[in-house]
Order: sequence, then C-alpha cells, then structure tokens
Amino acid sequence: MKSLVRALLISLVLLVVSIGLSLAVGSVKIPLATTLQGLFNPGQTQVDPIVLSIVWDLRLPRTILLLLVGAALAGSGCAYQGLFRNPLADPYLIGAASGAGLGAVLAITVRWPASTLGYLTIPAAGFLGAILTVAAVFSIARVGKSSPITTLILAGVAVSSFATALTSLLLINASGELRRALVWLVGGSTMSGWQPVWGALPYILIGLGSLLTMGHALNVLQFGDDQARQLGLRVNIVRLWIIVAATLTTAAAVAFTGIIGFVGLIIPHVMRTLAGGDYRRLLPLSIMGGAIFLLLADILARTLLAPQELPVGILTALAGAPFFLFILRKSKQPFW
Amino acid sequence: MLSIQHLSIVFGSTRILQSITFQARPGKILGIIGPNGAGKTTLLRAISGLIPIDKGELSYANHSLLKMPAEARARLIASVPQATALPPAFSVRDVVMLGRTPYMNWMGQPSMRDNEIVNTAMRQTHTEKLADRRLDELSAGEQQRILLARALAQSTPVLLMDEPTSHLDLRYQIELLDLTRNLVQQEKKTALLVLHDLNLASRYADGILLLNMGKLAAFGLPQDVLRAEILSEVYQIPIQINHHHKKPHIFPK
Repeated sequence: MKSLVRALLISLVLLVVSIGLSLAVGSVKIPLATTLQGLFNPGQTQVDPIVLSIVWDLRLPRTILLLLVGAALAGSGCAYQGLFRNPLADPYLIGAASGAGLGAVLAITVRWPASTLGYLTIPAAGFLGAILTVAAVFSIARVGKSSPITTLILAGVAVSSFATALTSLLLINASGELRRALVWLVGGSTMSGWQPVWGALPYILIGLGSLLTMGHALNVLQFGDDQARQLGLRVNIVRLWIIVAATLTTAAAVAFTGIIGFVGLIIPHVMRTLAGGDYRRLLPLSIMGGAIFLLLADILARTLLAPQELPVGILTALAGAPFFLFILRKSKQPFW
Repeated sequence: MLSIQHLSIVFGSTRILQSITFQARPGKILGIIGPNGAGKTTLLRAISGLIPIDKGELSYANHSLLKMPAEARARLIASVPQATALPPAFSVRDVVMLGRTPYMNWMGQPSMRDNEIVNTAMRQTHTEKLADRRLDELSAGEQQRILLARALAQSTPVLLMDEPTSHLDLRYQIELLDLTRNLVQQEKKTALLVLHDLNLASRYADGILLLNMGKLAAFGLPQDVLRAEILSEVYQIPIQINHHHKKPHIFPK
C-alpha cells in the first residue's frame, strides 16, 4: 500500500506537469507565467483578453477532455484485460469502437442540418452505437446464465467486423462528408469548448469510480471462473458490472473524441511491468498513466506539424508503439 | 456433517452421476477413487457449487447447500484446485489472502483478523518464508501448498481436493498429503480427496468412496473397499492386494 501511495504521488506530479505543458503549448506561444496568471488571476488586466480566451475557452477544456478520455480508455482497457484474462484485450474488444464508428458515420452521412443540435448528433450516435453493440455482443454470447469469456471475445470480433463493414459501405457511398468521418475514425475529432467536457464527465467519473471498486474482484478472477466461484465471488454479477462500467466509460470517451487506439492496450501493460499484477494497484495507476500519456500525445499532435493539427489517435500509435516495444524488450520477467 | 443424498447429474442425455448417497465426517479424509470418467471430479464440482444438480440434496450440518449464495457456500466449503495455469504476477501472501474473499467486501480490504488467519494458514503450510515471492518463481510442490494455504484461510469446515498430487513428484506427494492429514485431524475438517493413486488413497484415507460409471460402487473403510474382487471388476484388470502395516497395497497382476 505504501508503494501504491508513492506511485500515485509520482504520477500526480507527472500529470500536473503534463497539464501545464498542455496549457502552455500550441500554435500561439504563451509564456508559462502568463498562462498561470490567466488561469488563477483572470481578473487582472495585464493579461491580453485573447490570450485569456485561448487558455480558458480552448486549451483548458481540451486538456481536461483529453485527460478524462486518456484515463477512461486506459482504465477500461485495464479492466477488460483483467476480466477477459487476455493481454490483447482493449476497451474496444467487444465492439465499443466499431459500434461507435458505425453510429457516428451514420450520423455524419445522413447530413443533419449543421445546427448545434445537428453537431451533437455525432457524439450521441457514437455513444449509442457503442452501447448497443456491446449489449448485442453480450446477449449473443450468453449461454444459459453466464457468458463464457471465449464466446464473448469471438462474438465481439464477429459483430465488430460486421459493424466495420457497414461503416466502410457507408463511407464508400458518402461523397462530401468522407473526410469528416475519416477524421472521426482515427481519433482526430476532439470537439472544442466546455460542452463535451460536461457531456463526458459524469459517465467517465461514474464508470471509472465503479471500476476502481473492482480491483479485488479482478484479482480473484485471474484464477479462473471456477476458482473465483469457489472463493465466493459472484462471478456473473461482477462481470456484468465491469462490462457496463467499462462500456459507459469507453462510449463517453469515443463519443467526443473519436476512436483513439492503443492507449487502452499499452498503458495497462506498461503499468503492469512497473507495478505488478495486482489490480487494486493496476487500475488507479493505469487511469493516471492514460491521462498523462494522452495529454503528451496531444501536445505532440498539436506541435509536430503546427499550425496543422494531427489526429491524436495517429500520434498515440506513432509514439506509443515504439515506447511500448522498448518496455517490452526491457522487461526482465514475464508480466502477463 | 457433510451429507449427500440421492445426488444425480445429467448432461444432455448422459447420466454423469446417479443417485449418489454418502456422508463424510469431521476429522477424517474421505478418498474418492474410480476409473477415468467415473464422475469423481463432477462430484466435487457439484458439492462446491460449480455445476447445477438435477436431483438430490446436498447439506452441511442440516443446512442445504443448494440455495446458498456463493459467498455463504465459500464460508463452508473450500476447494484446492490443481496448481496449473496460475497467474504469474501475484505475491504468495496476496494469493493466500484471496482465501478471505467470502468474508470481505468488494474492495477486499483485509481486517486484522483476516491478516491473523492468513498468517496462521501460511505457518501451518510452511509457506511463511515464501510470502513475498511471485507465484511463477515457485516449484509445483510449493504452489500446491500455497493453494492449500488459501483454502485454509477460507476457514471452512469442509475441504475438497481434486487430485492435488497429480503433477507432483513422490516427495512432494507425501509431504502434501502428510500435511493435509495433520491439518484435517487438528482442525477437525471434513476432507474429500479425489485420488488417482490407489496406494496413496489406501495410505491416507480414513474412508473410501469408489465410483464407477456415475454410480457408487462401494463405500466404506479402506480394507473393505480396496479388495481384489471389487477393484478388478471396476478397473477391468486383474488386481492383487498385499497387506503392508495393515494397509492394503494394490498391484496390477
């Protein structure tokens, strides 16, 4: 427990540094001192109102949204890896991404009028698509009273492929909206302003909070369903709880930023090499790690080809894959 | 007392167990033997609540086990599985602590009492020195002792073991079964052990239950069940029995 507190403190410091960087860096260069002044002393008149607006209305909500999304993806990825006892599991394993993609692309291609309401249909459709797909997978995979893990994964893969094929079909027929849909699918459609933050916040907070209570149950599940039952765990309820919490979290993240890959897969593994396999430690550390990683990836996405912005989903894979391979190579003991 | 009455289990059209009735007593080891496919493992899985039963009654101290929620059953019955495919990255102490799951809330925060019980279980199984080691650093014999410690931490009156010695060498087999016998006697646990090795069953069991094709073929004291004519018929090979220190010694002819 002492080591967990220390690890959380270290990650908290890193998180604060990342937030600071994320606020200070961008196509308009604002000195850190000015940023801080703008944040904590907005009433003071020395700060240029344009700078104030950039910090308050653009960078701060974007930073908070990405922090939440990174935490959501890594936290639910960690829970799914534990639930499915599978190192390849990520938040999208049982259909959240393909379902959200289908929902969002559907909303984009039917071309609702570009009003505020029309704008919000995309995240809403993505959110609904993710939840409906996972619910479909879960009910298809039911055998009697429970859903065996391999059946769940196989049903997830099949339903995902189907949804992805439908999405491709829509994209082939779509004319002008193609670029917007593609950008959404590679995680580059982070919406600006505070609206998405308030939209995603409740789901992600409640979802991650629920997952954090599941550390002990996930530890028990690592010994297999039979032993978990013999140890007194109500396996079916626990599994449903984790799937619902992880799906809500993932759907909220996907809805407002598009599909950001790799965070939910690698961050839990990186944390596992650093902190071992105990899910009571792994879950909070993955949540912190995901937030830090996505903030750093977004800073790169905004600066590498500035003033052009890269989709952050491309950056997470571009920067994340080599980093992960390095960790994999360096790790001395099998961590799975 | 653990009481099994007319237990029947059917999978599809196959009868796996047919009207099995027996009772097991505290402080004694009941050895369950029989050919492959006789239903030994199914019997243990039914008692520990992993598979639904079709007919019959299972009870402990006159409380039916059938309608019991998982955590209540886990406070009465602990199972020691075979130490295969264990997750590598857990510390030994954390694994033993999982035995306290039926007494903990969902967060799994151990109380003082949980810690004391885990310490006792580790002392009884001679695993205290391994407390901080990772599971994948241990030998098969040590892993099996850890799983026994986890079952002891469950503080249950009933202990089920499914072929606990099957992948252990001779020394670890004897060590584990000596340890189990001492604990069963000290703690007055009701123990059911599925054993493939008839001579180990003869050596350690206080009573023997012989299953054949889902039916109870014989149930009684070792010297009454481990007899040449009974075993030859069930295992369908000629068998010879010698007696060594008053215990039956089984040889295929």
